[in-house]
Amino acid sequence: MSAKPRIAVHKFASCDGCQLAFLNAGEDLLTLAELVEIVHFPEAGPLDPAAKVDLAFVEGSVSTPEEAERIRAIRRHSRVLATLGACATAGGLQALRNFANAGEWLAGVYATPETVAALDTATPIREHVKVDFELWGCPVNGEQVLQAVRDVLFGVSPAIPDEKVCLDCKRRGNPCVLVTRGEPCMGPVTRTGCGALCPAMNRGCYACFGPAENPNTAAFANRLEGLGLLPDEVARRYHFITSQAPAFRAAGKKEAKDETP
Amino acid sequence: MTDPRRIQVPVLTRVEGEGALDLRIRDGEIEKLQLRIFEPPRLFEKLLEGRPWSDVIDIVARICGICPVAYQMTAAQALEEIFGVTVEPAIAELRRAMYFAEWIESHALHIHLLAAPDFLGFDSVTAMAEQYPDEVRRGLHLQGLGNRLLALLGGRSVHPVSVCVGGFTRLPERRELNALLEEYREALPLAEALLAWTATLKLPDMTQDFPAVALRHPQVYPIEAGRIVSSEGLDIDAAAFPEHFREAQVAYSNALHCHLHDRPYLVGPLARLNLNRDRLPPPVAAVLERTGITFPSANPFHGIVARAVEILLAFHEVIRLLENWRAPERSRVPFTVRGGVGHGCTEAPRGILWHRYALDEAGMVRAATITPPTSQNQARIEEDLRQALPRFGLERPDAELRAFAEQVIRNYDPCISCATHFLRLQVERAP
Ligand code: SF4
Ligand code: SF4
Repeated sequence: MSAKPRIAVHKFASCDGCQLAFLNAGEDLLTLAELVEIVHFPEAGPLDPAAKVDLAFVEGSVSTPEEAERIRAIRRHSRVLATLGACATAGGLQALRNFANAGEWLAGVYATPETVAALDTATPIREHVKVDFELWGCPVNGEQVLQAVRDVLFGVSPAIPDEKVCLDCKRRGNPCVLVTRGEPCMGPVTRTGCGALCPAMNRGCYACFGPAENPNTAAFANRLEGLGLLPDEVARRYHFITSQAPAFRAAGKKEAKDETP
Repeated sequence: MTDPRRIQVPVLTRVEGEGALDLRIRDGEIEKLQLRIFEPPRLFEKLLEGRPWSDVIDIVARICGICPVAYQMTAAQALEEIFGVTVEPAIAELRRAMYFAEWIESHALHIHLLAAPDFLGFDSVTAMAEQYPDEVRRGLHLQGLGNRLLALLGGRSVHPVSVCVGGFTRLPERRELNALLEEYREALPLAEALLAWTATLKLPDMTQDFPAVALRHPQVYPIEAGRIVSSEGLDIDAAAFPEHFREAQVAYSNALHCHLHDRPYLVGPLARLNLNRDRLPPPVAAVLERTGITFPSANPFHGIVARAVEILLAFHEVIRLLENWRAPERSRVPFTVRGGVGHGCTEAPRGILWHRYALDEAGMVRAATITPPTSQNQARIEEDLRQALPRFGLERPDAELRAFAEQVIRNYDPCISCATHFLRLQVERAP
């Protein structure tokens, strides 16, 4: 029996991109495998979903009845449970179905009686079980993930930055996309973690890391409208990859409503 | 009549996404064989409807974290067809290089983390690393080089952000390219050694009869452009895909099965190499020849060798494309948004990926259809199992049969996350 800390990586509705934080880690993956025992991580091989673990990462959102059951079982077996990325933390793109008239989205598609049942929503893990800490991003920042593992192994709770993308942008000396290009950029309301990646690539942020601390979503909606965006266009910016973060869900709904007389 | 023997692989490991295999054997014959994909549907085709054209590239990337560039390039091609955009040659070259970087990342990941442990008798790469540290490190290094070029050109390797209609949002600087190219040149012998090594793996010996489908380009090995061809003489452009390929529903799986003229067919590295061996650059063809394995090959297990050939090819192509690359005046060409229908077809790491979009006059998506490689290979995987398992010996113990079946499936590198996104599903309301 090894006394190494035990880790699990679970998958729910997702694109598998956040798990790549481990599979793309190169040497760090081998080092990690020496420091901890990876007991469940189907994409990498180990399979033991019911194992008791010290730290469980969850990728993906809950979108089927089976997943809703499974996440509760995982919580019972896991000392620390962390979400891995935008799907698990804020719904991911698949959560856009939550705003759709469910009947309308599904009426036009063929249904066969034997196919797997799906819920008509895709929801973040937090809405199902207690989550100890959440990692944002679509995908997560690999450095942040490995740092979080180290923190948990040392018994400290990981410090996840929640300041705005704008601050990182200033630090990097990027020209401001909003001011100099007059293009919409979600940086002023979005949490950093990417190091202001999109502005550095000459484009606006699309909020894949979700809301920052204290995002002034209403004032920022006005700013976007000042650039010529219509309310429903503003709504779509809040309702994108991280639409189930409460601040963005509410902001997008407000804009969508403003539009209908 | 005896009682049937049921063998299940409840969760397939070392594949991307969630799938399972049900096998029922009665009186020494396969009575039922079903590859079930239970990856939850994420309904991408539906959620694209009503979004503006400008969201498409960012959205479709999220279908698959392992091959987002394939989705981005295919969507860009379709949108550019609608807007009547022709990108500058230097942009096409950069896109081709970026796409090859994704092949390197995806193929190296598959060979080392998913497939090779099978052939060497380990259950994970970390277990394999204890006995084969050099091979594993070489693989991770090559994978890392793919990722670094993706990050240089796209900001990050998973869901890069720079590909846009008309070009790129940012072009790399010469000195950035030079630094990485130096490492690419140094890696050539490693990629050659990898190819030689895959040819020494103890691969099951087996021949099967299957049509192969891939793109074909007049000059080069296909990746970002070409016509759709088959080993049986098909030769069509992307728009004609629906006339020849049909998606059929099967009740037990969340993915559709795709057939060519009512038959299963193969896409992916083996199909590509079988149909495009004459497009390999001479230095790659020479290394391949020394392995003694000849293509076209009818052994599905040669897929892993084909992947290694494509890694070596990718290194050569990246070097060729970027060595003398000159930034064009503009990073993207201007265009006017208009309505219409556009198609895209490119070679994702796992095989041809087909997109079709219909936009209205304002550029909003009216309809989207996406046919990923894994749904195309799914029927072929079942056909392979039906032939391979009896030859392996249905009388063998469950554990052996299960392990062999998993190996057969994994050999296709099925990306189950990709395969489900167009599912027709039945809904159960949350209470
Ligand atoms: S958050 Fe993004 S990268 Fe991560 S699993 Fe979800 S879609 Fe993929
Ligand atoms: S700038 Fe915004 S959209 Fe781009 S990576 Fe960062 S958080 Fe994500």
